[in-house]
Amino acid sequence: MTATRRTVLKGVLAAGVAMPTMRAWAQPGAPTARLIPSTGEAIPSVGLGTWITFNVGDDVELREECAAVMQAFFQAGGRMIDSSPMYGSSQEVIGYGLRKFGRPTGLFAADKVWISSGPRGPSQIEHSRSLWGVPHFDLLQVHNLLSWEEHLRTLHAMKAAGQLRYVGITTSEGRRHEQFEVIMRRQPLDFVQVTYNIVDREVENRILPLAADRGMGVIINRPFQQGALLRRLSGRRLPAWAGDIGASSWAQFILKFIISHPAVMVAIPATSQVAHVRENMASMATPLPDAAMRQRMAVYVRDL
Amino acid sequence: MSEWWTYSAEDFLLFSPRTYWRMIERHNEALWPAQLLTFLLGAAILLWLIRPRPWSHRVIAGTLAVLWAWLAWSFLWERYATINWAAPYVAPLFALQAFLLLLIGGRLRWEVGRAGQGPVGLTLFLSALVLHPLVAPLMGRSLRGAETFGITPDPTAIATIGLVLMAAGRRSWLLLVVPLAWCIGSWATLYTLGAPESWLLLVAVLLAIIPVTRRHAD
Repeated sequence: MTATRRTVLKGVLAAGVAMPTMRAWAQPGAPTARLIPSTGEAIPSVGLGTWITFNVGDDVELREECAAVMQAFFQAGGRMIDSSPMYGSSQEVIGYGLRKFGRPTGLFAADKVWISSGPRGPSQIEHSRSLWGVPHFDLLQVHNLLSWEEHLRTLHAMKAAGQLRYVGITTSEGRRHEQFEVIMRRQPLDFVQVTYNIVDREVENRILPLAADRGMGVIINRPFQQGALLRRLSGRRLPAWAGDIGASSWAQFILKFIISHPAVMVAIPATSQVAHVRENMASMATPLPDAAMRQRMAVYVRDL
Repeated sequence: MSEWWTYSAEDFLLFSPRTYWRMIERHNEALWPAQLLTFLLGAAILLWLIRPRPWSHRVIAGTLAVLWAWLAWSFLWERYATINWAAPYVAPLFALQAFLLLLIGGRLRWEVGRAGQGPVGLTLFLSALVLHPLVAPLMGRSLRGAETFGITPDPTAIATIGLVLMAAGRRSWLLLVVPLAWCIGSWATLYTLGAPESWLLLVAVLLAIIPVTRRHAD
């Protein structure tokens, strides 16, 4: 299936605005989902990141907390969990949670390959898969473009062989965007992952429009600037009009800003607290801000 | 790594402060009461520094070598590696330090000197042995998270720097390289974790480097 901007916009509409067949999602309070451009598969627009929060080693008490976060995530309808071999014990801790509560059928397992040696990519992927304890990954991404040419060859071959459903690339904090764009133009990618939030908006200029043009789903990492943004805003009062978009906290305010961008597919905030994952998941509920409201939100935060 | 200048210390932080401090606590719990033994070893080293014996120089070097090899295995390989994939790459450096202590350290004279870097070295050693374990409770953390000489790398590295500053003999500076590198790395980690005690490590590095560079300048 060739994905185009039209496919993406169709997905957005289907997920939250006007498609008759998806009317239930357009009701106030209904969760927002997006359609993956390359297949049309629906996916909830808030996922679960594991950077730092899930790297708890063999600490049983902290592993239990992570498992509880996963359970709350799935109970709230979440699907995409994202990790990487770079995240220490995070993959192993995901596997712990999946064994403890059982692997939900809706799980969308997203991981990365992160190794400078191309030939060693497949063995790293297999090791990651065994740590998760899943039969296969849904999405594999080349982490921070490390040895991307060799790894993309591996991932495309895996996809062709039916061992993988989606292929992507990642970057963070605005690094290597020029090369990122070149790869996006030349490679048939299902997903790209970048940093985006209400104050880090560089990707709005080129990456997000390009992803929409090329029919690529966009995953958003570091939505809260690793917590720094929420810490900065914690002493400030939410504007009264935040209620108009159903945001009752800064986390929801920021997440609603991110997932309401038409090109954004899934934001993956990381947390180690059940209350936070519930709050994050609740931000998917409609209403979401429109373009004018998004502008108002960005200006408000900028001027704080 | 491409575009390395775009990375900050935060980009390499793999774990939360809570996870890190709990790891130290669990390490202490797993090894208790070895902390008492290593403290007694430190006290014995202090005694031998003040009243050296013909054999005490080699015993001090040998004791330090055992502790560095022990840290390579027990802390870096077995414990820290569970949350930091870089730890197994650092463990061989600790083993190298143990080897150097046997090779070079056995030929040095380990004793308290009143001149030169002796007072600075003694201050560093005593602070690592006695004061460093108090940092955790002073920072509001549990006493179970106290970092002690010979059990966790920070006080051991600071103590070793202090001892080497006191030691006399050729190529003693080689024994400073690994402890100084550890202190700088650990300072970066603790600083990123928002731990005020990170500055203790930096002070140890500066106290070690300033006299060495002065000596070479003279």
